Amino acid sequence: MSEHTTDKRVREASRRRFLQAGAALAGSSAISGVAGSPALAEPGNNLPPNVPEWMKTPGDPMGSQPYGTPSIHEKGVVKNISKTLPQYISASGRTPLQELDGIITPNGLFYERHHGGVPTIDPAEHRLMLHGMVDRPLVFTMEDIRRFPSQSRIHFLECSGNPVYTKPYGKTASDLVGLLSCAEWTGVPLKTVLDEAGVQAGAKWIVAEGADAAALTRSIPIEKCLDDAMLVYSQNGERLRPQQGYPLRLLLPGFEGNMNVKWLRRLKVVAEPAYSREETSKYTDPMPDGTSREFTFYMEAKSIITRPSGGQKLTTQGFHEITGIAWSGHGKIKSVEVSLDEGKSWQQAELQEPVLTRALTRFRLPWHWDGSPAVIQSRAIDETGYVQPTLAELVAVRGLNSFYHNNAIWPWRIDANGEVTNAQA
Amino acid sequence: MPRRDLKVAALASAIAMLSAATQAEERYAIGRAATPAEIAGWNIDIGRDGSNLPPGSGSVERGRTVFSEQCAVCHGDNGQGGVGDRLVGGQGTLANPKPIRTVGSYWPYAPTLFDYIRRAMPQNAPQSLSNEDVYAVSAYILSLNGIVPANAVLDAKSLAAVKMPNRDGFVSDPRPDVHNR
Repeated sequence: MSEHTTDKRVREASRRRFLQAGAALAGSSAISGVAGSPALAEPGNNLPPNVPEWMKTPGDPMGSQPYGTPSIHEKGVVKNISKTLPQYISASGRTPLQELDGIITPNGLFYERHHGGVPTIDPAEHRLMLHGMVDRPLVFTMEDIRRFPSQSRIHFLECSGNPVYTKPYGKTASDLVGLLSCAEWTGVPLKTVLDEAGVQAGAKWIVAEGADAAALTRSIPIEKCLDDAMLVYSQNGERLRPQQGYPLRLLLPGFEGNMNVKWLRRLKVVAEPAYSREETSKYTDPMPDGTSREFTFYMEAKSIITRPSGGQKLTTQGFHEITGIAWSGHGKIKSVEVSLDEGKSWQQAELQEPVLTRALTRFRLPWHWDGSPAVIQSRAIDETGYVQPTLAELVAVRGLNSFYHNNAIWPWRIDANGEVTNAQA
Repeated sequence: MPRRDLKVAALASAIAMLSAATQAEERYAIGRAATPAEIAGWNIDIGRDGSNLPPGSGSVERGRTVFSEQCAVCHGDNGQGGVGDRLVGGQGTLANPKPIRTVGSYWPYAPTLFDYIRRAMPQNAPQSLSNEDVYAVSAYILSLNGIVPANAVLDAKSLAAVKMPNRDGFVSDPRPDVHNR
């Protein structure tokens, strides 16, 4: 038999299995999710004591997926993108937090926010210009940037508008706080590159500009630039995705997402902020007295239970692990407390190591559900001692016209049928 | 230590310091000098004081035409909003239960209008308007808000001189602001 014929046979076998697999699914989890759970099939011939279909013929040949994608049975696990946005050029898409484990967000599911669409940038013609109050204004190619000593660090990124303060509130963890993701970032410390140009005395801010159709501009305090800011070119081991700023982005651990300028093309060292549209008209926090807070950079401590969470269902009484994520722009998570009784009492959740600064921290609490209705919620405490507030506590100070920096506790209601819904809705 | 040796030691340490300083300044010798022409082409930031505003000017009258051709489809014929933000009205509402935030009621600095329109608008063709037309559209939006008269012609100096109603409406970040423990 020629190689060609073998390939063809294998391909046809794969195709047959592909078609069958759509119908035959294992769906025996005690928590059923909304996404990623195609319709359950009739109990098939693949269960014990039978030999499963997928053992009776070779699988897909090497090379059938030069860049691997998830199982066809996980095709519902995608970014959460509203179908009713007024427009999709300046828009956001959310990470399906309730479908994920651990602390690292897969690159294809990392949340997105862009203000002028996603540019297609040729890295050979991308340049970073560093000018302003420096001794030597410089231009770097991507090759130049990658020649600098590199670092890899794990940090979360979160959009500041995550979630809104007013109803309607989202149904799922992703609807509420899905503008949040976490990755291992590789790049060069910004300080290293600044030292190359020589920052002059009197420099207080750096204006960062993207090479997108919004030429998005934010001002970064010089202290942050000389601390843990990075110029990033890789995310979770591979080059940045276009949606994340390919070929180069700024990373400001713990600062609101918008400041982590993507498609970075220019850094201007200056004495005072640019007062750009994105830091005056937007990304400022209106207060009840009519004033607005400006330059509100840090994302404060926050947590959410992702399982069980809104849109899921407990299909059986008995043991369930409660799990979720916690994070703080001010450093490490010190502890996470979980309440199972509408916030009356709280108990310590177990934190999964490693607990990293300005990164997601996974927490867990074993739980026996007795079948009665319950309201469950988590609150994060960070290394500064700050305790995640309730929505009522936040609103008492900030009113309802604030749009950004809502880090409220978010409780889930579990009814007697095991249905999980947003308890604030 | 003999005097001569002291001198040598001092010299050696001076040389060492000098070379350390040189190293600190030229640590990796990566990248090349940015030319003034390159910087001028990319340095489009306008300061809140109007610094870096280009030569040229634009009238409210011309701005009305440009706005209707380039902006109205998203922002409405009179800047009342649509797919794009509302640009007009709302002055005096910021302390209301339902504040209306627009260029006129919320933006603290007029030169930011020039900066933003030039860099990002119109959304389908940013950086396509002439500087004159950016001045003109800025003037038109300010006139719709009653901030400049209908016969205004704005240039670098006059745009920088515009005082926005909400200029003093911003405060610094007081967080942590919730004391729950």
